[in-house]
Amino acid sequence: MWLLLKNGRIIDPSQGLDKVADLLIMDGKVSKIGKVNAKKLDNNGVAYDVSGLVVTPGLIDMHVHLREPGQEHKETIETAALAAAAGGFTTIVGMPNTLPAIDNRAMVEYVLNKGMSAAVNVLTTGAATKANEGKEMAEIGDMVNAGAVAVSDDAFPVQSADLMRMVMEYSRMFDVPVVVHCEDKSMTHDAVMNEGIVCSILGLRPWPRQAEEIMIARNIMLAELAKCKLHIQHITTAAGVELVRSAKAKGLNVTAETCPQYFSLTDEALNEYDSNAKCCPPLRTQADVDAIKQGLADGTIDVIATDHAPHAIEEKEVEIPYAPFGMIGLETALPLVITNLVKPGVLSLADAIAKLTEAPAKALGLKSGRLTEGSIADITVIDPEASVKVNASQMKSMARNTPFDGAELIGKTVATIVGGTVVYGADSLNTI
Amino acid sequence: MKLKRKDILGLQDMSTEEIRLILDTAISHKGIISRPVKKVPILKGKSVCTLFYENSTRTRTSFEYAAKIMSADTTSISVAGSAITKGESFKDTLLTLEALGVDLFVIRHAAGGASHFAAKTVKSHVINAGDGMHEHPTQGLLDMLTILENKGKIEGLKVLIVGDIMHSRVARSNLWGLSKMGAEVRLCGPSTLLPAEVEKLPVKVFENLDEAIEGVDVVNVLRIQLERMDRGFFPSNREYAELFGVNKARLLRAKSDVTIMHPGPMNRGVEITADVADADFSVITDQVTNGLAVRMALLYLLLGGGGHVASA
Repeated sequence: MWLLLKNGRIIDPSQGLDKVADLLIMDGKVSKIGKVNAKKLDNNGVAYDVSGLVVTPGLIDMHVHLREPGQEHKETIETAALAAAAGGFTTIVGMPNTLPAIDNRAMVEYVLNKGMSAAVNVLTTGAATKANEGKEMAEIGDMVNAGAVAVSDDAFPVQSADLMRMVMEYSRMFDVPVVVHCEDKSMTHDAVMNEGIVCSILGLRPWPRQAEEIMIARNIMLAELAKCKLHIQHITTAAGVELVRSAKAKGLNVTAETCPQYFSLTDEALNEYDSNAKCCPPLRTQADVDAIKQGLADGTIDVIATDHAPHAIEEKEVEIPYAPFGMIGLETALPLVITNLVKPGVLSLADAIAKLTEAPAKALGLKSGRLTEGSIADITVIDPEASVKVNASQMKSMARNTPFDGAELIGKTVATIVGGTVVYGADSLNTI
Repeated sequence: MKLKRKDILGLQDMSTEEIRLILDTAISHKGIISRPVKKVPILKGKSVCTLFYENSTRTRTSFEYAAKIMSADTTSISVAGSAITKGESFKDTLLTLEALGVDLFVIRHAAGGASHFAAKTVKSHVINAGDGMHEHPTQGLLDMLTILENKGKIEGLKVLIVGDIMHSRVARSNLWGLSKMGAEVRLCGPSTLLPAEVEKLPVKVFENLDEAIEGVDVVNVLRIQLERMDRGFFPSNREYAELFGVNKARLLRAKSDVTIMHPGPMNRGVEITADVADADFSVITDQVTNGLAVRMALLYLLLGGGGHVASA
């Protein structure tokens, strides 16, 4: 069983590869990159002409809210995986804030088992504390042994510095990163949006940038003490970028991510009280957007993840202070990266791909995110020049909560291949 | 003449022409209030619904009187006595009332942006009667009408707004309206009760009341909203009164013909002393009457059939 992608521009940042070539998949694995003559292969396969398109390692999103179990009215593992496939992601990593929380082996196994039949690879983090309550450490060792790829307090950031230190020191034994959502909750009570002039005019409760930065600083200091791997989620502010930059300069084992909304939008997106633009941390200012781009360009920010946070229509269609935080992102991430980072020259296409493949794989210690011979054939085929108009109603996600609905963007997922099988876009590939 | 807009959500996006039209219309409507028979048939057959998710006495009563004087039918819905307590969403409440034929909603809500939400949800008119900390446009308009009556103009006046600026929708509507009409707006309050980046607004900002009050024509004293003081913004009412209370001694620094306003309800002895509240230069009850006139004007401008009120 083989699958041949003919004449694509193959970009694999993990090996510095960027050339036009054929890519042959045999039995679900990358078999050859170079010149392949389809006529010499047996009849048990298909060849596609991908000239003019870009072939990359399958994209990895290390920050996804799967909502299952417990909130299947928002999203399920199955639908999140379909959305991921449509967005070019071949691996998604679930956050532990489900109901109940992913805080023990049985829950980790539940997600991984459910994920076996999903369109893409589904991985999960394990909760740092039991029930995400920030009181007692969860069974981190057992969860890691069951397959959890990281420990996280996402959505329920651990407020006690002493407990966070414990989590970090303990996690070090299992060589998994501690993935942190940085927010000092004492400063964000009932907060809706970034503290600043836009918030002051709209009369909404402010979410000050310092609430994020204080926790980034704290977590960096604790990680230094605990000698653990630290991954900082969704950085949104200029000072946050600077904190990570200086931590890296000190040689600490820190990685950082941002999300497309934080380099694509500012707090002005809330001017009409659009609850779909309400996310946590909140959208910041143009100066922050510029600093995030700079951080991406100079390597301070390693990873682009989505923080895909699906909510039901009726949950978002309320007065904005009562709406839940978050937006979906799996199906808009790639065009936003190309439109707002690659086209303006902030990142080369290869560097952008690296932040969606090699970098998250490295942060989590995954073997995927590369196209070396023998590696699992998780592959994304991209048209980086195609114009797309975002249409939320046509998305594969169950949710519709995106502030980008109707946006005209550049860049599109043509096809997504997981383990050698085309899971998205088979119809739009040209068979030879 | 009608307003070329469906809704009144705030003064930030209102033009000076619109503000002038509303104030002129309010002046011409005010006479009706003092007539022996306070009734004109101009909005007969129109349905006005006051939908209040927060307690209010004067604003709600004022809108209801305004609608009744103009012969509109009124319904009032409050949180306690409706399906809202059964968990019906704001959206469904609005759609239900619209289906009952409501032509105009008057909405007060604790959430900023609630009136924007309503305006997008229904085809009926929406007047914002206060949305969280955002705006309270009819209060801004009635304050401007009161200033206009007392000073004969707005342009060039120095107007001080003192108190809890951060949580005040009255302050926001006032500063937009007054600055558009050419007044110098001064804001003064404890540093903890000034909103972030307040200096980017078209105002002068003070943290010292004695400096702020120097030479002003009007002082608009805001209520300390005890229900919003959940975070310890200042140590005590006693210290607040000492530093930011408006009293006669402080008013000596203002213009000799200074006018005192307060949107009510007052905390006498906290933000304003009783002798100032009751002084002859205090126009607090005039504000209430002007509130009625402004609301009649808005109902007329949004719902009116075009006939001039004087001939009605």
